[in-house]
Amino acid sequence: MGNVGQSVTRLDAYDKATGRAKYTDDLCDKSALVLKIVHSTIAHGLVKSVETSEAAAGRGVVRIFTCFEVPDIPFPTAGHPWSTDPHHQDIADRLMLNRHVRYYGDDVAVVVAEDEVAAARAARLVKVEYEELPFVLDVQEAMKDGTPRIHEEFPGNVLAHTSINKGDYDGAIREPGLICVDRWYETPVVQHCHIENHIVFAYGENGRLVIVSSTQIPHIVRRTVGQALGLPWGKIRLIKPYIGGGFGNKQDTLYEPLTAFVSQQLGGRLVKMDVSREETFVSNRVRHSIRSHLVSWLRPDGTYVARKLECFSDQGAYASHGHSIAAKGLGAFPQMYPCPHVRGDAYTVYTNKPVAGAMRGYGIPQAMFAVESHTDDICLALGLDPEAFRRRNIMPVGYRDNFSKNENYFDSFNQCADRAVAYMDYRRKAAAYKKQAGPVRRGIGLSYLWYNTGVWPISLEHSSCRMVLNQDGSMQLQVAETEIGQGADTAYAQMAADVVGLRDYRDVHVISCQDTDVTPFGLGAYASRQTYVCGFSIRQTGQILKDKILRYAGELTRTPVSSLNVVDSNIVRQTDGRILMPLGDLALEAFYSLEHSEHLTAESTCQIKSNAYSFGCCIAEVEVDIPLCRARLIKIVNVHDCGRLINPALAEAQVHGGMSMGIGFALSEQLLFDPRTGRPLNGNLLDYKLSTFMDHPHLEAQFVENYEPTSPFGTKALGEPPATPVAPAIRNAILNATGVAIDRLPLNPHILFQRFTEEGLIRDSWREEK
Amino acid sequence: MYDIKELYEAESLQEAVALRLEHPGARVIAGGSDVLVQMREGRLAGQELISIQRLDELRGVRLDDEGSIRLGSLTSFSQITKSPVIRKHIGVLGEAVDLVGGPQIRNLGTIGGNTCNGVTSADSASTLHAWEAVVELTGPAGERRLPIRDFYLGAGTVDIRPGEIQTAILIPRASYDRTWGYYYKYALRNAMDIATTGCSVNARLSPDGKTFERVRLAYGVAGPVPRRAPSAEAAANGRPVDRATVEAFGLAVLDDIDPRDSWRASRDFRRHIAVEMAKRCLAESVRRCGGELS
Amino acid sequence: MKDQFRMVEFNLNGRDVAHVVDARSSLTDMLRNDYRLTSVKKGCEVGECGACNVLIDGECFNSCLYLAVWVRGKKVRTLESLAGPGGELSDLQQAFIDETAIQCGFCTPGFMMTAVEILESGREYSDDELRKLLSGHLCRCTGYENILRAVRKAMHRRLEGPAPARP
Repeated sequence: MGNVGQSVTRLDAYDKATGRAKYTDDLCDKSALVLKIVHSTIAHGLVKSVETSEAAAGRGVVRIFTCFEVPDIPFPTAGHPWSTDPHHQDIADRLMLNRHVRYYGDDVAVVVAEDEVAAARAARLVKVEYEELPFVLDVQEAMKDGTPRIHEEFPGNVLAHTSINKGDYDGAIREPGLICVDRWYETPVVQHCHIENHIVFAYGENGRLVIVSSTQIPHIVRRTVGQALGLPWGKIRLIKPYIGGGFGNKQDTLYEPLTAFVSQQLGGRLVKMDVSREETFVSNRVRHSIRSHLVSWLRPDGTYVARKLECFSDQGAYASHGHSIAAKGLGAFPQMYPCPHVRGDAYTVYTNKPVAGAMRGYGIPQAMFAVESHTDDICLALGLDPEAFRRRNIMPVGYRDNFSKNENYFDSFNQCADRAVAYMDYRRKAAAYKKQAGPVRRGIGLSYLWYNTGVWPISLEHSSCRMVLNQDGSMQLQVAETEIGQGADTAYAQMAADVVGLRDYRDVHVISCQDTDVTPFGLGAYASRQTYVCGFSIRQTGQILKDKILRYAGELTRTPVSSLNVVDSNIVRQTDGRILMPLGDLALEAFYSLEHSEHLTAESTCQIKSNAYSFGCCIAEVEVDIPLCRARLIKIVNVHDCGRLINPALAEAQVHGGMSMGIGFALSEQLLFDPRTGRPLNGNLLDYKLSTFMDHPHLEAQFVENYEPTSPFGTKALGEPPATPVAPAIRNAILNATGVAIDRLPLNPHILFQRFTEEGLIRDSWREEK
Repeated sequence: MYDIKELYEAESLQEAVALRLEHPGARVIAGGSDVLVQMREGRLAGQELISIQRLDELRGVRLDDEGSIRLGSLTSFSQITKSPVIRKHIGVLGEAVDLVGGPQIRNLGTIGGNTCNGVTSADSASTLHAWEAVVELTGPAGERRLPIRDFYLGAGTVDIRPGEIQTAILIPRASYDRTWGYYYKYALRNAMDIATTGCSVNARLSPDGKTFERVRLAYGVAGPVPRRAPSAEAAANGRPVDRATVEAFGLAVLDDIDPRDSWRASRDFRRHIAVEMAKRCLAESVRRCGGELS
Repeated sequence: MKDQFRMVEFNLNGRDVAHVVDARSSLTDMLRNDYRLTSVKKGCEVGECGACNVLIDGECFNSCLYLAVWVRGKKVRTLESLAGPGGELSDLQQAFIDETAIQCGFCTPGFMMTAVEILESGREYSDDELRKLLSGHLCRCTGYENILRAVRKAMHRRLEGPAPARP
């Protein structure tokens, strides 16, 4: 009964610790033909011709498919639930191979060969002739008149624009004596960098296509492959083995349609697409770079009067998750620090850059960087204390959002801040660090975070669950919300064991590998939703199974069902607590009884029409070496309220990973582009500065556990929130150390050099005048 | 699988020399950390390779008869760092190569490969320049030695003639005697990175510790090849061991280097960092010499 | 290529083996494709991520940057060698599990093999030294925190307890 809340060992620990856990490539027969994509070497243009004869003549080359040979069916890729409302469907704006190429790295042709060397050689020999078009890399440039239109149907390259309006912004700012803080903030293009690249193989089986893919969203990919190939969805079977991380990149349809198409064209032969690291950086998905303009009007005492946010989200070349990201960031703005007069505009804009999709945090890391940097800038302008100012203005207890119906039930913000402030000795340090001179200085900074769990009411939220009892009283559990490393399977087992009444979560055999032929329909891993949404279906389905078990027990023991319970894998008479029989004995009887044989199983779908706020904060301490233009993170803590912890050890590990991603976002990561050609400059793990073991201090993760009332297990989002407050906390720490506000990530030596020079902290008298 | 056209595996130095003569278009591969990466990227795809990986005679560090430190060209970075000879006489070289990539790369990469690729960012190269290392090549006509400065001809190009294999790097006794140094690698990460700029300084103080007897400085990534900084050295040599000399030394660097603007770093930033690194490296070298800045 | 297929005799996880291998193969290719050792992962194939790390004569190498033919006469060890004959986990594997150092599991085998080299040195390292020794591996899930805890714990246990027999 006491499985939930325990730091039990993850179910896949042994297999992963011994190397026997099977990932996609481990399952692919070595006879597979190898696919290699020919990528565009221009940022924007039309393919005039593709010359393949020399390439096709190479030894071991089987076929080459060009952009002129794929079905002319535009398809959507976003890992969103499908909508039967045409106005709410994801934008279908790409083909499997594109004749109109829209970024440097777009997919033009694909080589099929007997081995990777033959494939790579042939791919280099394919000659593509382009009619080049002007390209645009900057999000606001792309909106101007006269800039090239990237998709014909979207004038001004604006994929979407949404607004919020509350109160009377224009009227409110006329109040005399207001102080206005007006600044721009910008986050870079970054990539997920899961250690297993995307990989997929496909083959034909009995007239259907079987696809094995490293994906977070098997059922969604099945649908999009059907859409892209123009096949009935039932003709597609999608299998998802263990995956080596996803972080949102694999919450998108990547090369599954193309791989399936090639197999289909070759009569169902086994073909494999093993995406290289360099392709992962450029031709998968990236995080939206967002430029935000924040204007706040305050009275001198620090009261918010009116606020405005404009944000410009760089979509890159294709829609993928599109406007959802900017919209989520925009949604956070009026809620986090409520203010009577708010205006907001979010634009999602196509550019000739790699495609932006989902990435851990889904718009909130960008929004938190803008909003929480701005909060410190306000404090600097008004001479206020950043901690006290936040506490005074943060979303109050009892706040309710009318759209999502989310409610702030607890004083989580302050409770989280109390823990973080105490751990870091924040107040003493923040005061002490204001008085520094000298070349090396310390600073400490704070940021809160706001996060919604799941996607309701924007999209469908549901979960389906199947439970099957075994002869020994153990059971299988299936859900479609995928294990992607976060430990979801283990949390499901803990919840299921407690609902059904099993002694040990290890008696719940979670079928980790999703197979759309077998796994109940569900949406996959995203939006930090799995534990929350599966909690509903596990509770509901477990109750059904338990009821069946108890009915059967009633028959066997001639005891009223109302007097029975399943406790610690035993059938127990509740009136006196006597164990009537072990669950295993009951199950065996049910399987083989000559009187009444029944396979005790349960399956149900639970649609979820609620959502929950997840809160937290981060405090970071840095040491800044001004002459060397270096900021070193020396201490950091994240404190989260994600409700009740199902598995504290796994929760802590999730927070570490999120903090790490936040640190890279803050200090070092960015994908760069050549302004003259649009070519990505650093799409590899040497030149893209992912944090290493030596770039982190100890990561401290703490929790405040307020039982979330909308959740059957009291839990809510934790997967993404830890990545969201880290960058503004580090930015504010540098501000505390040096007095220099830096509004662009990453806070690497280049930007520190520029800003310290502008602010006079560095004076190179010998520097040449430009 | 690598797109290797032919792979010739040399079992001895003589065989390697013969293979070099026989296949002049082939690239020599020692550890593979450079050649194989370029092959994977496509730049060296379809290349013929001569593997000298098995020539264990080219591994190891020792003092030769003349007291020179002799590093066999196939000595790995981790072997250099662990070598007692290096630790005793030129610790800075062990420290510098301990900043290459990560531990696995340091087990794989060799001092020979790190110099023969002619790359300016190589972490060993600036220190070898600053310590006036001598490169030994063995070819059909026997051994040839030349100063490392002359070995580097241009970006990615070194003076290796037909049939030659680089067999050793030597640090003469006169170079390391009573000399201590410090290497600063400026990179954007603390591991698994290439230098934005590398700065290697060493110093020999007068016996009373008051005067700089000899200061040498070399940079990586301040030009197409690693380079010494003669103006800076002149600004310190014979000067008192004090902060003013360190400042003058740092500023004089600007006459020696000519970094370029690139997406990796701006010229202004590189110049700023070069001055700062030079000063810090000289101050640390003084400390290691047992001296004190007055 | 002349002599494209070459005999390679070596010791793999304690067993003498021989295999005719395509001379163009990396050691990763050979271990994965010919010996089906799935602990050897491909994450970048240019020596940046460390997922393919194995021990060769006791030292760590990224097997992606190592030609298969180079292992002639050498001793190669992969993660598959760590567990006992009955599948008993080694102290190191148990420490990774106990410290929740495993998430997606893709970087795990590489990290563990570097940790084997660390533990077998018989030395005690500070946290900073451990961070440096483990810095040849990238991980996106753990922030490295629990991996550090696991390696430190296994190191201290070995240094305190009786020396275990070498596998």
